[in-house]
Amino acid sequence: MKKLLSGNEAVARGAYESGVIVASAYPGTPSTEILETVAAEYPEIYAEWSPNEKVAFEVGVGASFAGARVLVTMKHVGVNVAADPLFTMSYTGVKGGFVLLCAGDPGMHSSQNEQDNRNYAKFAKIPMLEPSDSQEAKEFVKMGFSISEQYDTPIIVRITTRIAHSKSLVEMEDRVESEIPLEFVKEPRKFVMIPAHGRLRHVVVEDRLKKLKEFSEEIPIQKMEIKNPKIGIITSGISYQYCQEVLPEASVLKLGMTNPIPKDMIRDFAGKVEKLFVVEELDPFLEDQILQMGISVQGVGKLTGELSPDYLAEFFQNKVEDMKIIHPTPSEKMNLPARPPAMCAGCPHRSVFYTLKRKKLTVTGDIGCYTLGVLPPLETMDTCVCMGASVGSALGIEKATGRSDNVVAVIGDSTFVHSGITGLVDMVYNKSRGTVIILDNDTTAMTGRQEHPGTGVTLMGEETKRTDFIKLAKALGVENTEVVNPYDLEALDKAIDKAVNSDELSVIVTNQPCLLLRREKRTQIAEVDLASCIGCQLCLRLGCPAISVISSDNKKVKIDSMLCSGCMVCADVCKSKAIISISV
Amino acid sequence: MDKVTNLILTGVGGQGILTASEIISEAAAQAGHDVKKSEIHGMSQRGGSVNSHIRFGEKIYSPLVIKGECDLLLAFEKLEALRMADFVKEDGNIIVNRQQINPSTVINGTAKYPENIEDKLTSKYKSVIFIDALNIAKESGNIRTANTAMLGAASKLLNIPADIWIDVIRMRVPERAIEANMKSFQMGLDIIK
Ligand SMILES: Cc1ncc(C[n+]2csc(CCOP(=O)(O)OP(=O)(O)O)c2C)c(N)n1
Repeated sequence: MKKLLSGNEAVARGAYESGVIVASAYPGTPSTEILETVAAEYPEIYAEWSPNEKVAFEVGVGASFAGARVLVTMKHVGVNVAADPLFTMSYTGVKGGFVLLCAGDPGMHSSQNEQDNRNYAKFAKIPMLEPSDSQEAKEFVKMGFSISEQYDTPIIVRITTRIAHSKSLVEMEDRVESEIPLEFVKEPRKFVMIPAHGRLRHVVVEDRLKKLKEFSEEIPIQKMEIKNPKIGIITSGISYQYCQEVLPEASVLKLGMTNPIPKDMIRDFAGKVEKLFVVEELDPFLEDQILQMGISVQGVGKLTGELSPDYLAEFFQNKVEDMKIIHPTPSEKMNLPARPPAMCAGCPHRSVFYTLKRKKLTVTGDIGCYTLGVLPPLETMDTCVCMGASVGSALGIEKATGRSDNVVAVIGDSTFVHSGITGLVDMVYNKSRGTVIILDNDTTAMTGRQEHPGTGVTLMGEETKRTDFIKLAKALGVENTEVVNPYDLEALDKAIDKAVNSDELSVIVTNQPCLLLRREKRTQIAEVDLASCIGCQLCLRLGCPAISVISSDNKKVKIDSMLCSGCMVCADVCKSKAIISISV
Repeated sequence: MDKVTNLILTGVGGQGILTASEIISEAAAQAGHDVKKSEIHGMSQRGGSVNSHIRFGEKIYSPLVIKGECDLLLAFEKLEALRMADFVKEDGNIIVNRQQINPSTVINGTAKYPENIEDKLTSKYKSVIFIDALNIAKESGNIRTANTAMLGAASKLLNIPADIWIDVIRMRVPERAIEANMKSFQMGLDIIK
């Protein structure tokens, strides 16, 4: 039976069919739905949200050492966080098959960078597979488990946004349980990487890489198709689909396994075509390796941004003779107003940025919905580098400038658990007098509302202990702690004033849940009393999508009754008391 | 069945575009076509632009529609219709929901919502159909079914049998909303002559 599945759903299905027993992850676009699917559809698999990617990976390490087949998933930048265990697991190898699924985001639809994670496979000396649609996503995951066990190595299956979030038809098969017994058997020379053992394992790794090179020549997912010999294209992943679309008659070498590359096959292919191209997204990963082999090849790709069939069609337009090629129409420059995402009407993050802006503080920021605080009209986030960085960088600014009264770190609850806690330990340890605001909206909102250790519910929907941020901060040694309702502007204002002016390190936790989580109906909404509204537009500084100007010749404002959540922050901001509460 | 059909759905986060594109691609699959669809998740709930590409036919490679190849643009919002119009082929169709949702850049005064969008579209494309999906949804008793009205209109132009549409919509929408969805679907369909 065939089903229409997204790449992410297909990966989950592949794990299920492979007999996976443990799956762990930290959410991250575009990979998040994989574990959500596992948890929702395959009760045979234990699935967890870990606090961050490093822990997710380490849970996988333990489970694999105990014999289980394991799937660990994360977005591309998550691998930076998990890189430490990844590089050494390359040495230890596995017991049960270990697939690291990482999802890249060329074009940065929802990411802070667009690093090309293919480099990780080469760097860590482990095999890598790159599917080009959902059917392959499932197949390659399954194949990944057997390669992992056969070659005693973790393996990367790399997808990108256009695989993860595209749907195509997938043939369903049954689950086959793994035959490896589930118990931890002591094997210190394999599992305990002290230098003496590590030196031995490194030799094993180099030897394994040699064998994998041979394997890469034989594995049937390296597909050579000679059609018109005038043009030969070497490609992988989604780029393959774009090539097929744009240049259906060109000869193609499609690599399903991109580390290590099949050099003999590439040489063979190069000899069969007149002009050789490599089509790849982001880094010249294949191109550089082929050039190193002494083969003349032209790289087609864009170092920056997402590849598209349109781009390829334009590139090849004058390079092909008597070959069918698609002609895209050139885009028109229209200069239309952009439609950036915005914090929802009633979002509890809004008032925090509104208040920080009025105080003209420097705000070290972090990653989550609240990063939208950088956009107009709030424009109150001054740094954002990686998850957890707000805390450490606030400390750095304090140490560099000698001032702690004009800097505030702002971090979401999920991000704080992910990698803010160690930063806070540093602040306590190194005597910071700074301020950290934890925006506790009881969810990981940005990636589509996942549970985390601070919500008290697991991925599999069970109630569990809840990390209490205030108790945690106190235990670390933070004396000034305060919980504030962010819809209460006055209380928020006071708490921030007190914290930044104090000679002690302070932690403020805001405590209103994400609006999208709210189950009960709203009881009130805000409405403008036009008789009192003086058109000062102070309320517009909140950047609430429910509030807008009536028209170009009427400066007064209106509130969209469908969008308004009834948080009433705008009523507090209004100096003319023109915004009133209406029960609904 | 040989010909590939290229579709783009566009609009604003929260308008039900992802559900609508699920329904279309599922229906196309059930009708026996090879199908691919691609979209960007993540920020869709925060009021940003949302696009979903769907392609179906005998054999589909790229999940993305190429500029100038789109057979049907289903626009849930006027400005987004204009933004995506250059994907549409010369003899392609555009169905536009007559709704205006101001982006934050317009609300905060840094940009102006373009005027005469309807004229701009009709002067350039042969087949532009406007519908008031929100009114249809209100009439059918559930404001949330505007996207189904759009589907009704689209169904008239796509090579997928009527009973499959009905089946898939029944499967995809909440039980209590089935009736309103069916009404909206029919009213959307009736608009296209
Ligand atoms: C290393 C890494 N992992 C995952 C992500 C994806 N990601 C971006 S923000 C975020 C969490 C946001 O949750 P939270 O801090 O609670 O803020 P909210 O969105 O709820 O306001 C995640 C998982 C990332 N950008 N980097």
